[in-house]
Amino acid sequence: MTNEILRVEGLKKNFGKLEVLKGISTSISKGEVVSVIGPSGGGKSTFLRCLNLLEEPTEGRIFFKGEEITGKKIDVCKYRQQMGMVFQNFNVFPNMTVLENITLAPVLEKKIPKEQARDEAMALLARVGLTDKADEYPRKLSGGQKQRLSIVRALAMQPEVMLFDEPTSALDPEMVKEVLNVISDLTKSGMTTVIVTHEMGFARNISDRVLFISDGVIKEEGSPESIFTCPRDPSTIRFLSMVL
Amino acid sequence: MEKIIKLWIKYDNVFLSGLLGTLWISAVTVVLGTMLGMLIALMRMGKSKVLNILADAYIEILRGTPILLQLYFFWIGLPKIMPFELSDTACIVTALVVNSSAYISEIIRAGINAVDKGQWEAAKSLGLSNKNMMARVIMPQAVKNILPALCNEFISTVKGTSLASVFFVGELMTSFKTVQSATFLALQSLTIVGIIYFILNFVLSKLLKLLERRLMLSD
Repeated sequence: MTNEILRVEGLKKNFGKLEVLKGISTSISKGEVVSVIGPSGGGKSTFLRCLNLLEEPTEGRIFFKGEEITGKKIDVCKYRQQMGMVFQNFNVFPNMTVLENITLAPVLEKKIPKEQARDEAMALLARVGLTDKADEYPRKLSGGQKQRLSIVRALAMQPEVMLFDEPTSALDPEMVKEVLNVISDLTKSGMTTVIVTHEMGFARNISDRVLFISDGVIKEEGSPESIFTCPRDPSTIRFLSMVL
Repeated sequence: MEKIIKLWIKYDNVFLSGLLGTLWISAVTVVLGTMLGMLIALMRMGKSKVLNILADAYIEILRGTPILLQLYFFWIGLPKIMPFELSDTACIVTALVVNSSAYISEIIRAGINAVDKGQWEAAKSLGLSNKNMMARVIMPQAVKNILPALCNEFISTVKGTSLASVFFVGELMTSFKTVQSATFLALQSLTIVGIIYFILNFVLSKLLKLLERRLMLSD
């Protein structure tokens, strides 16, 4: 594929003796929206975390725009700057204001002038409806607001890929939608996205492709239609019958 | 009571110079001990296995032997290995610094480790360099864990300096010994020294509390 942005080859990850990923290979194209679903403990999050090297793969190779990032010589920081990540537990920085959370990395690592970073941050905040919270500390925000903040914090680095690790799992039910809307808008704007989620309806709506990961392997992958309406693998069928 | 006041009036300069001694020895110990403690904590937490083991051994040995023994050890040993002349005071202060650095490094390490794992991951995922992650994200949060324990350590450092009197390094306990041997009024001079220690630590602990609250305010 010519517009391939990420390629994963034979990715394995062990934690001690536990084999969490047992050999995952896939390729993600620019602008593609990929949902990763599957049972808990099946390796979904580990797979996602390997993509930006928060977990070091035990075996296998990952390529970003044709360049191997699992090699020894890679500048991990530079690579991560091109890849935003949103966590289940928000992980906003409590010691900084909302605005500082967003401008921190662009100013420090991309050497963007403070004024410009500030303007860009304000534009991002406006996009997710948090303009009036710019000077607040995160402790004053609701879960949904914190998660929207963590999304724009990642976007401020102008990443080429966004990774979402169960972004709504820690939210109160009434806040899920506001976060999903932000993610949905983002995918529509053409952002390459990999999202681990338990929101099946959402995955079905926004995805170009769905990966079903269980027992450390991709058991099945395909368009949302094919996965959700006529799954073929027995484990996919079992999983979907339990969650849908 | 009367005797105590008379004793104070007569020997106040001895006690005050002792207090001065205690103050500067404590200050030097705390400042250098914290700096050395940070270094040890970094070694203990860094990637190098060799440094990990060295730092670990350093901490365990210093925490596993009495401080008085360490003072003797430095007092006797340090002049032997140093090519230049060393005063007793220099040996004793070095020992105090080394001793407190072991405790402080553990306080720092515990404080850093107590910062939520998610904060490290978020900082890394944004592509922050190690230095920026530590300076801007982790340490500001760790300081809040470190400070209360560090305050206690400071106060025990002040009290620990009293052991230096064994070597007649001019600090408060030494003043007690001086006045006592001149007047034979042991209990009275001890009381004066005790009061000075108490006031010093009381003021110190209140000041540190105030500072702590200041820092907490930003959160």
